[in-house]
Amino acid sequence: MGHFRRSRLFLMAVRFAPWLAMALLIVPVAGGLAGVIGPAFGWLPALDGHTVSLTPWQALWRQPGLVDMISLSLVTALASTLGALILVILLLGALLETRAFRAIQRLLSPLLAVPHAAAAIGIGFLLTPSGLANRAMSPWLTGWSYPPDYLFPGDPWGASLILGLVAKEMPFLLLMSLAALPQCQAQSHHRLARMLGYAPLTAFLKGVLPNLYPLIRLPIYAVIAFASATVDVAMILGPSNPPTLAVSVIRWLNDPDLDRRFMASAAALTQLGVTVLALLFWWLGERLVVKLMSQTLTSGRRNHGDRLIGGLATGLTWFILGLLGMSLLGLMLWTLAGYWPFPEAWPWPLTIGNWMEAADTAWHSVIQTAVIGLASTAIAMTLAIGSLESEIQYHRRMRRRTQLILYLPLLVPPVAFLFGLVQLQAQLHIAPGWFAVILGHTLFVLPYVFLSLSESYRRLDSRWAQVAATLQASPGEVFRRIRLPLLTLPLLTAAAVGFAVSVGQYLPTLLLGAGRITTLTTEAVSLAGGGDRRLTAVYALLQLTLPAIGFSLAIGLPKLLLRNRRGLQPA
Amino acid sequence: MPGNDSDNILHLDAIDIRLQETPLVAIDTRIEPGEILTVMGPSGVGKSTLLAFIAGFLDPAFSARGNVWLQGRELTRLPAEQRRLGLLFQDPLLFPHLSVGGNLAFGLRDGNSRRERHAQIDRALADIGLPGYADRDPATLSGGQRSRVALMRVLLSRPHAMLLDEPFSKLDMTLREEMRSLVFSRIHQENLPTLMVTHDEADAEAAGGRVFRLLPPT
Amino acid sequence: MRMPPLFLLATLIVIDQASATPAPADWSAVEKQAEGQTVYWHAWGGDPRSNDYIEWVGERLAESHGIELVHVKVNDASNVVSRVLAEKSAGNTEDGAVDLIWINGENFAAMKTNDLLFGPFAERLPNFSLTRPDEHPEMRTDFTVPTEGYESPWGRAQLTFYHDSQRVDSPPRSLDALLDWAQHNPGRFSYPQVPNFLGTTFLKQALITLADDEEALYTPVEEADFDAITAPLWDYLDDLHPHLWREGRRFPDSGSAMQRLMGDGELALAFTFNPSAPAAAVADNQLPPSTRSYQLDGGTLGNVHFVAIPFNASHKAGAMVTANFLLSPEAQAHKQDISVWGDPTVLDTDALGDDAKGAFDDSQDIPGSLSSDQSANILAEPHPSWVDRLEEAWQARYGNR
Repeated sequence: MGHFRRSRLFLMAVRFAPWLAMALLIVPVAGGLAGVIGPAFGWLPALDGHTVSLTPWQALWRQPGLVDMISLSLVTALASTLGALILVILLLGALLETRAFRAIQRLLSPLLAVPHAAAAIGIGFLLTPSGLANRAMSPWLTGWSYPPDYLFPGDPWGASLILGLVAKEMPFLLLMSLAALPQCQAQSHHRLARMLGYAPLTAFLKGVLPNLYPLIRLPIYAVIAFASATVDVAMILGPSNPPTLAVSVIRWLNDPDLDRRFMASAAALTQLGVTVLALLFWWLGERLVVKLMSQTLTSGRRNHGDRLIGGLATGLTWFILGLLGMSLLGLMLWTLAGYWPFPEAWPWPLTIGNWMEAADTAWHSVIQTAVIGLASTAIAMTLAIGSLESEIQYHRRMRRRTQLILYLPLLVPPVAFLFGLVQLQAQLHIAPGWFAVILGHTLFVLPYVFLSLSESYRRLDSRWAQVAATLQASPGEVFRRIRLPLLTLPLLTAAAVGFAVSVGQYLPTLLLGAGRITTLTTEAVSLAGGGDRRLTAVYALLQLTLPAIGFSLAIGLPKLLLRNRRGLQPA
Repeated sequence: MPGNDSDNILHLDAIDIRLQETPLVAIDTRIEPGEILTVMGPSGVGKSTLLAFIAGFLDPAFSARGNVWLQGRELTRLPAEQRRLGLLFQDPLLFPHLSVGGNLAFGLRDGNSRRERHAQIDRALADIGLPGYADRDPATLSGGQRSRVALMRVLLSRPHAMLLDEPFSKLDMTLREEMRSLVFSRIHQENLPTLMVTHDEADAEAAGGRVFRLLPPT
Repeated sequence: MRMPPLFLLATLIVIDQASATPAPADWSAVEKQAEGQTVYWHAWGGDPRSNDYIEWVGERLAESHGIELVHVKVNDASNVVSRVLAEKSAGNTEDGAVDLIWINGENFAAMKTNDLLFGPFAERLPNFSLTRPDEHPEMRTDFTVPTEGYESPWGRAQLTFYHDSQRVDSPPRSLDALLDWAQHNPGRFSYPQVPNFLGTTFLKQALITLADDEEALYTPVEEADFDAITAPLWDYLDDLHPHLWREGRRFPDSGSAMQRLMGDGELALAFTFNPSAPAAAVADNQLPPSTRSYQLDGGTLGNVHFVAIPFNASHKAGAMVTANFLLSPEAQAHKQDISVWGDPTVLDTDALGDDAKGAFDDSQDIPGSLSSDQSANILAEPHPSWVDRLEEAWQARYGNR
């Protein structure tokens, strides 16, 4: 019976989905790492490296400033994550049930769509001595008719890099926390604590956070890993003498002196070690906080400077929002500027010449970016839905260790495994281009899609399916006609998140596509290194427009398609 | 002036809650110390809305007029944490990150030495028939035990009045009886004015006080 | 039959050109093979003007030879070297991803010594002789390394300074004057972060001027007393750095970044490797109209940039035809046009007919451009082995503060 066979086919496909997803995540990361281990110990036959030795490590150790690079990577990663986390916690604690919070949430969510590079470019434009912030105050307030000479962004302590990372990671952590709140009965616990006399922030810190934290621990680790190994943000906002380790790794990998490849591979492995070390420090910090705070939790004290800290959190949040908002404004102004000398705060006359100039080539990049984004999102969505559906069909909830695999591409620094992956790609004779790039993007898209979808998928009331099954619907039909329609909104949101992640990818596009594939991000980053700020701004804006369109579709489509189904509408 | 009530009276003064101009709940009454006023009605009628208004969690979608007076303070302009109302929820809602003793300590007001606090908690546990349970994980307790800890946690925070939100609805029959008598006897003992919201006639009967019936909006 | 004079002239030019460019017998076979090929040209993509020029080249090649040219924009030619290397290590000897590279200096030296290049091919290109390589040895040497036909010349560069004349009346015309100027104008001059090639070029320029034994720079660094020769350079930089932009604690990423800082007014004096870049940037609203260019009195470093074909390029014929087209008078004249790109030609215009020559005349007076009487001697690039040692020494001294 055809019906029966189709149903079996569906169940089979669903059964294999998790294995396929796991393979997709593990194989490239493991293979890529293997690809740098050889050269790190002197083994790379193409460069006459036929003996295993420690020479690359000795060369690496001799690099001036290595220790500073490592500590810079560690400090910026930990400080920015801590900053973003503290802001998120204070914000949730002080404002969770207020109107202001809804406004902030509405403003922050779209910022999640802003690619890292675009945000960094915008913040750089804003805060540089000749940037918009100083122009707005000059010369009437500052007396400057030429830009002052101070080292920011790019200060040797990494403060500007930390600021940029905080601004970019805070929306991510906030969204992850918001998704986790219902799971830990946050609202009830918060209300309970307040009824027991605890001021809102203290109630949150003592009654909600200890249960929330374990749920957002992996996203936090992902943020640490990202911050400790970021290349594009650190190139734009980080110090240069010395830069962070990840930037140095890329420089050494690109050094024309090919013998540096050995040392660069050792450095790539060191980067992995640095990321692990950063995670370890954080983990120790967690233990320490738990130890120090366990007494305070039950001390009965009901107000720990709530008003002050809450006010501070609100102020800082608006500062971050203002920073990102002004950065975007600055980007927009630059795209419309002709010759725009310091200290003029407004470019005049405005011109659309920059857009016209970019139109021809940009169009091409827009299409390539969109195609790659859609393709990798489609693959990732299929795998994620398949894996989640298999949990339901086979009643096997993913174990914690499996969950960790999902985070693999987010925890292992791309710098450490992508170069090896390129070697692997060449060895397997996979032509650089569309296929490799789309697969490479999927590697980073899949975890985000899965994370954003899994909660809604698992929490969907199982009784819908039971009702349908008693009405003779096969598992496939239940899936197609019940589960998917009911999950329209989360599915579209997950797809929009995945698409945004794909648009923001820099290193995988560059390395796996052999540069043949140009996306808005590769163009924007390559232009950011060049002299034309106007064109850079055009690309940075386009780079952020695509994900924005994705998110508006995710919110707008259900409103349109399901206008007669109020129960499925976005809140 | 109702504001002069310095006795422990919970005064619901001309309360009128509406949802977009549709009247939902209107109540005007004084609850004496130790008295349990039962508010009854089918679900969706606004019982919980009334409770949320008094406790300070009213959804902004509702509009409310009227005042709540307790020990000479007008509560509606105070944030929830300053109202000194003890709220007992349907679920015990013990904090999973704290031990049983920790949960009680959470309710206990600060000020005393650590030693004194420990002693207070031990006494409280003995009081509800759970001596030596201080270090237990709340997840290992039975439903009835959890409810008792939750009650004790509220009492340790020294509330000036109690709000009960269908406190026994999730317990099975035998436990329900037991909890009712425990809760009510403690309320009488502490002389707390109490507002109980329920849809179980037996609750109202056991409380033995006035019953205020909300009708579904017509 | 009377011929119209114009037609006669045209015929003459054709004949003249034909005699100047004796094509190798198999060239037409190469062209035939190239037809329909897609050539992946990996070239730096940081400048919209050169990008536009390459796009124009693609259009012309499609018309004339049916070649589809794809500009693969790269940040740094060294990325391409990595890729070819990865392919070699994987045993990919036939269908490489890269067909043509814009290259010179140490990247070329690295590829050549590692046998990553196809060739020799350059001297087989019909248009190569238009460069008159016998009279211009720089067409056959790249940073003192003999090219031996493994790369074909494409354009020229010479270190050129530019300044904002509204802020700087008389710019410094020697290194000593530069130090003096920087002391009086703190924070208004810098050079790109070494190992950016323009930053390294500044080091080499300073070294050539300051070193006692200039000859040693043109032999491999291993044969010289590096410390003794470079000592005056480090003394000079130690004096200069405190007066640089950001007190020498940060350096611009590249020449383009430095140009942007000029546009922002953060710097008042900068330099470039493309003599027409400042003028082009003024025309493009990037630099103040008061920008002026000049070169140092004792002469400045200059070099030639090339295109090369990897040993495993998939479309070698197409790449060669492209390289040949790049050397054509048409392509070279278009490239030198300051409204297009302004990159100086590698052709010896005396080798061309009058008409073709006329296309190279650059009599326009554009703000910011270098007038012909201002151009100075070209100093030859040192041996490429100096680059690494200089960069390492710089990194050790200044790369970490």
